[in-house]
Amino acid sequence: MDNLYGLTIGELGELLRQGEIKSVDIADSYIKRIKEVDTSVGAYLQTDFEEAMKNAENADKIIMSGGDIPPITGIPLSIKDIFLIKGKKTTCASKILNNFISPYDATVVKKLKQNNYVFLGKTNLDEFAMGSSTENSAYKVTRNPYDSKRVPGGSSGGSAASVSADLCAGSFGTDTGGSVRQPAAFCGVVGLKPTYGLISRYGIVAFSSSLDQAGVLAKDTTDAAILLGAVAGFDERDQTTRRFEVKNYADIVGRANKASIKGLRVGMPVEFFSEGLDPGVNSKILEVRELLKGLGANIVDISLPDTKYSVAAYYIIATSEASSNLERYDGIRFGYRYKQEQGTRGLGLDDLYSKSREFGFGDEVKRRIILGTFALSAGYYDAYYKKASLIRKLIIKNYKDAFEKADIIIGPTSPAPAFLIGEKTGDPLSMYLSDIYTISVNLSYLPALSMPVGFADNPTKPGGVLPIGLQIISPWLTEDRLLSVAKIIEGEIKFRENNINKKDIRYE
Amino acid sequence: MNSVHSTDSGQFESVIGLEVHSQLLTKTKMFCTCPNIFGIEPNSAVCPVCLGLPGALPVINFEGIKLAVKAALALNIDINKRSVFVRKNYFYPDLPKGYQISQYLEPVSSGGYLDIKVEGVEKRVEINRLHIEEDAGKLIHVENESYVDLNRAGTPLIEIVSEPNINSSGEAVAYLKELRNILVYLGVSDGNMEEGSFRCDANVSVRKKGDPGLGTRTEVKNVNSFKFVEKAINYEIERQIDVILDGGKVIQETRLYDSKEDLTRPMRGKEEAHDYRYFEEPDLPPLILTDKFISEIKGSITELPTAKRERYATEYLLTEYDGGVLTQDKEIALYFEDLIEINEGRVEIKKIANWVINDLLSELKTRDKMKVRKERVIDLVKIENFLGLILEVETGNINKNTGKTVLAEMLLSGKKAGEIIKEKNLAQVSDEKGIGDIINHVLEENPKELTDLISGKDKLFGFFVGAVMKKTKGKANPKKVNEILKRSIAEKIKGCRE
Repeated sequence: MDNLYGLTIGELGELLRQGEIKSVDIADSYIKRIKEVDTSVGAYLQTDFEEAMKNAENADKIIMSGGDIPPITGIPLSIKDIFLIKGKKTTCASKILNNFISPYDATVVKKLKQNNYVFLGKTNLDEFAMGSSTENSAYKVTRNPYDSKRVPGGSSGGSAASVSADLCAGSFGTDTGGSVRQPAAFCGVVGLKPTYGLISRYGIVAFSSSLDQAGVLAKDTTDAAILLGAVAGFDERDQTTRRFEVKNYADIVGRANKASIKGLRVGMPVEFFSEGLDPGVNSKILEVRELLKGLGANIVDISLPDTKYSVAAYYIIATSEASSNLERYDGIRFGYRYKQEQGTRGLGLDDLYSKSREFGFGDEVKRRIILGTFALSAGYYDAYYKKASLIRKLIIKNYKDAFEKADIIIGPTSPAPAFLIGEKTGDPLSMYLSDIYTISVNLSYLPALSMPVGFADNPTKPGGVLPIGLQIISPWLTEDRLLSVAKIIEGEIKFRENNINKKDIRYE
Repeated sequence: MNSVHSTDSGQFESVIGLEVHSQLLTKTKMFCTCPNIFGIEPNSAVCPVCLGLPGALPVINFEGIKLAVKAALALNIDINKRSVFVRKNYFYPDLPKGYQISQYLEPVSSGGYLDIKVEGVEKRVEINRLHIEEDAGKLIHVENESYVDLNRAGTPLIEIVSEPNINSSGEAVAYLKELRNILVYLGVSDGNMEEGSFRCDANVSVRKKGDPGLGTRTEVKNVNSFKFVEKAINYEIERQIDVILDGGKVIQETRLYDSKEDLTRPMRGKEEAHDYRYFEEPDLPPLILTDKFISEIKGSITELPTAKRERYATEYLLTEYDGGVLTQDKEIALYFEDLIEINEGRVEIKKIANWVINDLLSELKTRDKMKVRKERVIDLVKIENFLGLILEVETGNINKNTGKTVLAEMLLSGKKAGEIIKEKNLAQVSDEKGIGDIINHVLEENPKELTDLISGKDKLFGFFVGAVMKKTKGKANPKKVNEILKRSIAEKIKGCRE
């Protein structure tokens, strides 16, 4: 069968179980596609096709033997290079980890292996997941599959691009302030960030521990549900995971019925539709509102008054935690160590630290370490970190109040579609503002997803289009509701069906 | 320090606060499942968590929480049902994560006290807090190279911070000894100062007597024995008084005690200029303790030294001194109690106490100097064998001196007293005839001394006792020897008069 790479996990799984195709066929299809296309997209930092074929052969054996086969068995996936995979390099797109081979598997990876997935490779990201465009990678530029001059978003830009450009069937990323949802929006795929604590963080390189959460990037909502189901759940190695009930998300989504929208209270936060929102994005989101209204939903105006402080609070909390999390990269035990011309002998301890970190970290990482170190220092703690923590509590309360009035909240994922490569690198603040609608969700530990709901015209490319993402936010641990609503919207909008030949991917 | 101001120094008083760190006797480390052991090959008890590898996360070891709560309860410190772990950030090669997980504003327990006695005077030392944290690794310096051993990284620690209401080095040492003893009694710590599992920093300041405020303090580190604590504090007090009397000001700083030179020196400014940037550890939820958890631990606390001392006085009728000595070491106290139990009233308790204090403990002390561990000694001299030895002496089968010889032999071979006595033919000669014969023999051998004795030189009585003991190689019952010798001499005197 041709072009297996274009199918969803759900579709591939069905063919696999029916014996129509083999996992090795799928793997082969993706490997060819990566070889043809990834030189232009630049989604992967490393690939291992030999392992992919081995995984696929093994999966085929398991499928042959019958029994209850998990939905991702034999499915080729990519993984953001922030998850540790035993025996493989984990660089976090940083020079400081240029030689770090993981001695253990992240819990997510362990679960994927138990499900006999097929590993294709590790995807590009902003260094230590700090950024919104993947331009902060120390290694390469990743391009938006809809316009090679534009960014894929970030920090999980490599993952989003790999799904969008059909370089894998699905991908795992992380979302600290929007790092799964914003690139999903930019690349026209589904990106889900579940409730904080639903997926183990063990083995994911930490950026901001109280905000980081693994998420999934998928071609559609069914796939997102499948991927989430494969990795969600309590982990004794991560005390911030709880003994949550892990639902069968794929089954629930499969049963999603238009009729369930009737009477659904859909909240529209006024703060998400104000200054700075691109008119093209605005009108698409309003179309979704009308669509839901048409299905019987009650649209309610809500307010999240304190979310206007969320970017400020976020950049204090995230950088503070990051300044501490990144202290372990000191050149002593692993990773990059600065060497003098004549070797390190004679270099004092303080110099060893500062030089290794000076040359090991990129500018954005250093900027955030300095910000965070400042925010936590004696005399400033109360004014910054403590205050930011108080604001976080207010934002949590805002959402809690909002969910008294609404069952779900909708709005834009990002104020505008994908921007040009280099457009914002000189202006960190405007880069930070591209996460303005996603950040408050992380601060509130809530689940949210971004799904493509249409296109905006590409202002720099005549005839070209750029995807627009809708963000849906739901209360803690209601990923089933979130995915079901998304599935119904997806069925009405039919983004994938209307998406043919709109990408801008050069073939080698 | 020879102070020129020594006559003026009497107008000052010292104020001392102690920070004690004690490792906990858990099977595994505080935040991972690596074994908590000492003295194995470097970097062999490590994992991604205690190595601080990217992506690794801490998981609270509840055994460590239990021991910390146990210690807090025994030290009369209030348990906080909600406490919070924080990160204490600083760079050092022995600190893999770049931060130590500790507790700061919301510790597991706060506000308590410990009663001590110094030269008969009781004193209550207020305790500010007890909190849980993890130990760092160790650096090993070999010539120009430094090596990192992370076996110790992540070892559970409690830090116990006293209020500054200790007023002399003597009080400080008494407090530390009592504290250490309690922790050892509880099974919370092995109390080993040499290996660093029980260590202390002293905050020392001085002020004019009667001043309500506190003087500027210095923190003295590197005091890893009771003796060094005492010396370092004394040195620091004198140094500060001298600074003030010279018109200077004490600088708030961290100083290291140099035991070779017996003085304290400031640490380099850089080493202590830390801003730890404390903040809540986001990888760990707040620690919530239930009433049930706390009361279960409370119920598991066995008799502590103070209670033991009181019981020894009322139940065993021992003096305060004896009680104090016997309870200084948990193993010894339990050994003593076991002796009393199997003794079943045969020997007076006071006598057993004397045996333990005068013979066993002195033997232990000698061995301690020879680095033989006390467990080994207690192991060699089984309780029933030791009581057997006491009974041999009490029943007169051997005399006290021979008893000491038997004990020494027991420590070597682990044999029973009876066996040793038999083998070495140490049994006391008590029969009247035997002793009488020897006495007669001795009297005959020394006619001049005998004549002198009879003529009134009473001092020579001792000479004859000695001669008899020598002849019997110390085995003769001294009481019997005295009795019979007196009788024999009386007869001789009588004979002379007749």
